[in-house]
Amino acid sequence: MVKEVKELVNRPDNTAYTQQRLPAWQPMLSAGIVIPGFVSIGLVFIGIGVALFVTSQSIQVLEIDYTGVEQSSPCFKCSDQTGKKCDCVMNFDIDSLFKGPVFFYYGLSNYFQNQRKYSVSIDYNQLTGDLDYFTNPDDACFPFQNDRNKPIVPCGAIANSMFNDTFQLFQLVNGQKKEVPLDGKGIAWWTDYNTKYRNPSVTPLRNAFNGTVKPPSWPQAAYELDTEDTSNNGFINQDFLVWMRTAALPDFRKLYRRITEGDYASGLPAGNYSLEIVYNYPVLSFDGRKKVVFSNVSWMGGKNEFLGIAYLVIGSLCVLMSIVMLIVYAKFKFPEED
Amino acid sequence: MTWTSPLELVRDALRGQRARDKDLRSLVSNLPYEGLEKGKQPNRYFPGNAIKTTKYSLLLFIPVNLFEQFHRLANIYFVGLAILNFIPVVNAFQPEVALIPICVIMSLTALKDAWEDFRRYQSDRKLNNMPCFIYKKQYMGRHWKDVQVGDFVKVFCNEIIPADLLLLHTSDTNSVCLVEMSNLDGETNLKQRRDPEFEPESFNSIVVCEKPNNNLNHFKCFVEKPDKEKVGAGIESLLLRGCTVRNTDHAVGFVVFAGHETKSMLNNNGPRYKRSKLERKLNIDVIFCVILLFAMCLVGAVGHYSWLQALPGVPPYLVPDSSGHLDSPSLSGFYMFFTMIILLQVLIPISLYLSIELVKIGQIFFINNDVDMYDPDTNSRVQCKSLNITEDLGQIEYIFSDKTGTLTENKMVYRRCSVMGTEYPHKDNAIRLAVLEGEETEEDVIFDQKPQPTKTTRSLDGSLEGNNFVDTRQHHRGRRRRKLSRSASTDVAFSSELETEVVPDRMLLQQLSRAQSSSGSGMIDPYLDFFLALTICNTVVVSMATAQRQRVISHWLPSPSGSKICSICTSCYRKRNRNGTIAEDSVIEEDHIKTPVKGMGSEDMDGLQTCSLHAPSLPVKPAAASDNLSYEAESPDEAALVHAAKAYGFILLARTPDSVTVRLPSGKELVFELLATLTFDSTRKRMSVLVRHPITKEYVLYTKGADYAIMELLGTPYAGMCSGNQKNIAADTQHHLDCYAKEGLRTLCFTKKVVSEKLYESWSVNRQRALAAIENREELVMDSAVELETNLSLLGATGIEDRLQESVPDTIVALREAGIQVWVLTGDKTETAVNIGYACRLLEEEDLVINMNLVFQLLCTSLLDCTLEEVRRYSADPRNVDTTPDISLVIDGRTLTMALESDLRDRFLELAKCCRSVLCCRVTPLQKSRVVKVVREKLKVMTLAVGDGANDVNMIQAADVGVGISGQEGMQAVMASDFSISHFKHLRKLLLVHGHWCYTRLANMIIYFFYKNVAYVNLLFWYQFFCGFSGTAMIDYWLMIFFNLFFTSLPPIMFGIMDKDVSAEVLLGVPELYRTGQGEYKFSTFWVSMLDAFYQSLVCFFIPYLAYKDSDIDVFTFGTPLNTISLFTILLHLSIEIKTWVHWVVMLGSVAMYFIVTLAYSGICITCNPPSNPYWILQSQMADPMFYLLCIITTVVALLPRYRHCYSPCGAWGNFMCLSRQLDRMDPCAREQWIKEWRSFRGSRGVKCSRFSTPSSPNLESPVDIYPQSPTVSDMGDEFTLNVLTDSCERTLHT
Repeated sequence: MVKEVKELVNRPDNTAYTQQRLPAWQPMLSAGIVIPGFVSIGLVFIGIGVALFVTSQSIQVLEIDYTGVEQSSPCFKCSDQTGKKCDCVMNFDIDSLFKGPVFFYYGLSNYFQNQRKYSVSIDYNQLTGDLDYFTNPDDACFPFQNDRNKPIVPCGAIANSMFNDTFQLFQLVNGQKKEVPLDGKGIAWWTDYNTKYRNPSVTPLRNAFNGTVKPPSWPQAAYELDTEDTSNNGFINQDFLVWMRTAALPDFRKLYRRITEGDYASGLPAGNYSLEIVYNYPVLSFDGRKKVVFSNVSWMGGKNEFLGIAYLVIGSLCVLMSIVMLIVYAKFKFPEED
Repeated sequence: MTWTSPLELVRDALRGQRARDKDLRSLVSNLPYEGLEKGKQPNRYFPGNAIKTTKYSLLLFIPVNLFEQFHRLANIYFVGLAILNFIPVVNAFQPEVALIPICVIMSLTALKDAWEDFRRYQSDRKLNNMPCFIYKKQYMGRHWKDVQVGDFVKVFCNEIIPADLLLLHTSDTNSVCLVEMSNLDGETNLKQRRDPEFEPESFNSIVVCEKPNNNLNHFKCFVEKPDKEKVGAGIESLLLRGCTVRNTDHAVGFVVFAGHETKSMLNNNGPRYKRSKLERKLNIDVIFCVILLFAMCLVGAVGHYSWLQALPGVPPYLVPDSSGHLDSPSLSGFYMFFTMIILLQVLIPISLYLSIELVKIGQIFFINNDVDMYDPDTNSRVQCKSLNITEDLGQIEYIFSDKTGTLTENKMVYRRCSVMGTEYPHKDNAIRLAVLEGEETEEDVIFDQKPQPTKTTRSLDGSLEGNNFVDTRQHHRGRRRRKLSRSASTDVAFSSELETEVVPDRMLLQQLSRAQSSSGSGMIDPYLDFFLALTICNTVVVSMATAQRQRVISHWLPSPSGSKICSICTSCYRKRNRNGTIAEDSVIEEDHIKTPVKGMGSEDMDGLQTCSLHAPSLPVKPAAASDNLSYEAESPDEAALVHAAKAYGFILLARTPDSVTVRLPSGKELVFELLATLTFDSTRKRMSVLVRHPITKEYVLYTKGADYAIMELLGTPYAGMCSGNQKNIAADTQHHLDCYAKEGLRTLCFTKKVVSEKLYESWSVNRQRALAAIENREELVMDSAVELETNLSLLGATGIEDRLQESVPDTIVALREAGIQVWVLTGDKTETAVNIGYACRLLEEEDLVINMNLVFQLLCTSLLDCTLEEVRRYSADPRNVDTTPDISLVIDGRTLTMALESDLRDRFLELAKCCRSVLCCRVTPLQKSRVVKVVREKLKVMTLAVGDGANDVNMIQAADVGVGISGQEGMQAVMASDFSISHFKHLRKLLLVHGHWCYTRLANMIIYFFYKNVAYVNLLFWYQFFCGFSGTAMIDYWLMIFFNLFFTSLPPIMFGIMDKDVSAEVLLGVPELYRTGQGEYKFSTFWVSMLDAFYQSLVCFFIPYLAYKDSDIDVFTFGTPLNTISLFTILLHLSIEIKTWVHWVVMLGSVAMYFIVTLAYSGICITCNPPSNPYWILQSQMADPMFYLLCIITTVVALLPRYRHCYSPCGAWGNFMCLSRQLDRMDPCAREQWIKEWRSFRGSRGVKCSRFSTPSSPNLESPVDIYPQSPTVSDMGDEFTLNVLTDSCERTLHT
């Protein structure tokens, strides 16, 4: 290769960058830093662990399985009746005040909402109220895309398989049933309710659904989900929103109602309660279980002892390690330093 | 343009193809065809001078580049996966998004290729547009690209030649054009090109030449004149493209080859692509990853099958096809296998290959920019020709080095001579050289010990012996002086002074002046003849200083020989600036210096006084300074000899093809008629010059050559010499020659022969016939030379020193301490080589030196066997366990040939494996490469070959890493090499620092890449256990892509380019670290990091899992903390290993980028990426304290083992690398102290100084010389040393 007339100075720049002399920093972990460091990390962790554990302990949880697999269960009669409407009543006692606000969940186990083909079977464009997608749902919804050449709205497997058991809670006071008011507002994510899911701006709402059919498993159309509160219909129905947020794990619970009103605003007082269940949803086909869960929540969410224990274990491990290191250090180092 | 039929076009193309492929090409001038259309041009089939080295064109870039990229298996794999994703039954993601990673990677690669190609295009354009003069009625300014075969091109002084030109005319009166080939290949020297004397304007001959080839030293051509007369021309009349015209005002040439057909372009193969050892290992690990991937997919498939199988009915979450029918579990499991492959594809790191390339570019940038490896003399940096084997520099186990020009400077310095059997040791000269060399202790030792009484007393008379004391004093003074002068002015051209200035020996001067006065004008004194031989018997060209470049410039001093005593003091005190004039301020400085020198003690006073004895003879020279001569020699030896003769007043004034002009010490100028020059060849090992003496009119043949080539041709002793001891001359001279060789000097013998007129005439006829011969010309010419070179009478011999390069011993010691075996392969004599070996500390005094120099194969076999036995016994001996001596092997070329035969090879290699260093003497270039190949292939080691000359090219190409030294012998070695440096000492930093860095960086980066991908992908894998193995990803796919491409890609690349595990100072100070660093990338490291990745992914998945169990968490809300946690884990994992703070910036940047991008993405995107919908998820997570608590605990638990692994051993048990890191944090002063201590504990090796004294005298008969090793090496054992280490470390840390 022919070189051009060489520049007189071909000398590389003598800068910290080109000469790779940029300042280096790395924590050097001598015993003097590591041991106190471990001790303090350990102590902090133990502190957090205690706080978490105590908080978790203070949370009350009541779970009632109403699948009805055992013959003794009041819901046994309903468990094999697929599709038919069936009522059953579960009675339970609360020994001491169940502090409010109490959250009322329904729980399913062995239910794989995270199954890939299931979890993608949804058309978000349709759910934002885009009418184009009413007439022409996304292919992802297949096979719940069209029913006899009519588009299904809301389409997809998730919507189709919506949980449809309903509950009513009564306190038995002196043999009298006293209904516990259940609050169905604000149980879904605020963003889901306000931005992500939108009804088409057509009034009345049912006109928007002209030419479409309801999902095959649904007893009623989307605009009739809530017969009592008309604003809680269509895609912004709270129960629908909760269901559409697919659960991450096969054993999950979903918020059904909150108990925040009336006499029960401060919690469920001790006493006998009766839960009336409209048993619709079949779970035996996948060995599933259904339950209702009453729980109160703290700043760390629901009851979970694991995190507190983990912090405690790791924190104590750190302290333990620092003690071991201190012993090793004392044994091997101190004589030499003299 | 007229219409031509396609048939015609095809025919024309075929004809062109034929014309190009013909063995002989006939070229005619373009001038008569000027202005004609292209189809009529006679030379239209030959390519023009425009060059194009680009790979792509603008239009075809995309298809061609894609084609190139699909040569890479990994790319095909990823594209295959992307296509697989388009098949509905197996797809895991939206089909379109699966294309993104591969598209990004391929477009980045394409961008890189385009940039590289653009740079090539730019340099092409620059070259193509260089100006030149083409003859079109008159000389017109044109560009290089306009030059066509058949044009006449005029080149001026200092211009670069645009194409291969057949020289037709020069402005030089002697019809000579000097060209410098240094930037092409071959010689730095100027070469003579004979002009066949044509008139360019009326040129109507046909030039017939051979097909273009890449042989730079051969060219066949003849010019056929219209009258059918053929005149031959060879390489000596070809001006090669890329050379520079020097010393000639202008020259005109006929373009023979242009553009890509020129010899320089044919030699230029572009950067070479070698595959590094690390990359080969990496590919194995990629295969392991593929196996792992398949295993995981199999688990997924089987899991899915059994999950489906266990279901009692049809649950609502199973999505049937249109007919409400579900696939059978086994079919679903089969599909799931492919879905899993798509889902987990990232296990094979897609961006790894690109990242490696980027990292290597960065590494090369830093190597190139190392100011420590910049040589201001030649203005050159280290160059990396191979782009992808930087990390191999850190893996070297064997170094094969050339000697001349590599270990030594290839700057020949005249040291001593022997004339007529009398030795003239030139002690003053030795001192001057020592002074010039000044600071270097190693060199000092050599020169101090030079006058060995045993060798030289005989030739020294009493008075000189008495001067010994003085010499030493002066030497010391000189050193101080030198230091001072260097600090005063650094631009003094010491190197050239070193070569050109010779201080004459006083005895010889006296002898010479006596001879001159006695012989009068007869000129038949052997002393005078000796110097005439020095002056004439060479091919040195004298040029006036018209050349712009600073060459070896000498100063022609017209002072008579009597006052020609350049005293020591003169040379001590003389200070030159670049032009060679004596600077005014040097005189001032002289006073300056004297004062401090006086204060230094009585020794110096002595020196000063001695000095002043010589002072009166200080010549006055300013007048002469302007009249300077420049000698251009083809070999540095010749220049050294001419300069030596000049010191004695014999000055070569001019050389033309027919005559040589010499100025005698008396001032008289003699013009010798040059009758013949019998050039040097490697068979004869000598050269001769036949001249006609202007005074005596005798035909005189001066011959010089290697001693063994001369000694057997000696005939009559010198005619006019005094009778008594004449027959001893040869014996004495031989003895001196042996002494010279032992001192490591290169020896040459000089002879004279007076040829009778009759003999000359008959020989001359023979010679002419030989020269005119077409067949066997070379043999005939050689035979004719041999015919004349008989019955020579010996004049004397010279010893020329090829000085060791700066810091060579240090470098060799450091390399050896780094665990590298150093082999030196040289063509020199055994004695010379052994001495250089001792001087450069390849061999040590207490070494066990095994000398193999044998004639018969049988002997060789038995010797190998018993030496091997001996060595084994020695190392097995329990008494020697701690003090195993270092064994060195010296072997000569002939024995080496036998040892490399297939039956002895294994034994030889086993022996060589035990040896610390091996010295091979008298080896041919072919043997060099054979040795390298055998060692490389049989021992399965990484080899590096370093050399500077054309004879090292084979070796450089045979080795894993070839290093060329751009020295005195041109660029051939450099062109063949992977790396080129300017001094041997640079090898130390190149290997110990850059090699170590590049290797550890890249190895760690690759391992990190594997780790990163496995750790991340496994999160998905663990999730499969909770989603029925259905291939769900709980992380948004875009975020997954971003995670790999943006959030976590930059830190490891920075890590690969910039991280320093240990600082350069420590690496240089403790070369042992080089060896330690070599184990960085092993099987175990790979698997350990794989296990770590599995562990970390388990932690990162299951801690959040357990924390969110039985809650109302949804898929992506669950995935977001996982993603965040693994980002923290992966980045912090890296930060455990890094040091440079730039990293911390990049890391923080990556984290910031993650949060910004993810927040923005989940804030904006409501429906933009259907099925997955991360809307507002990170925001809601970040409002939850649990998110942070989870991140903290998970990251800590995930990194705890790694942290222990990396840090804990350092405190209590001590690991080498870790300690050196501690060393790094000491302040420089303490560190130096520590390294010194460390050295002294490593044994006495570190403090020994080199010596020239009695080496193992290589004895031809006794094959094995075993020098029992002196009980010096005090190996303290590692434990103790390490304790000391930790101690001093701690101390520094705690104070």
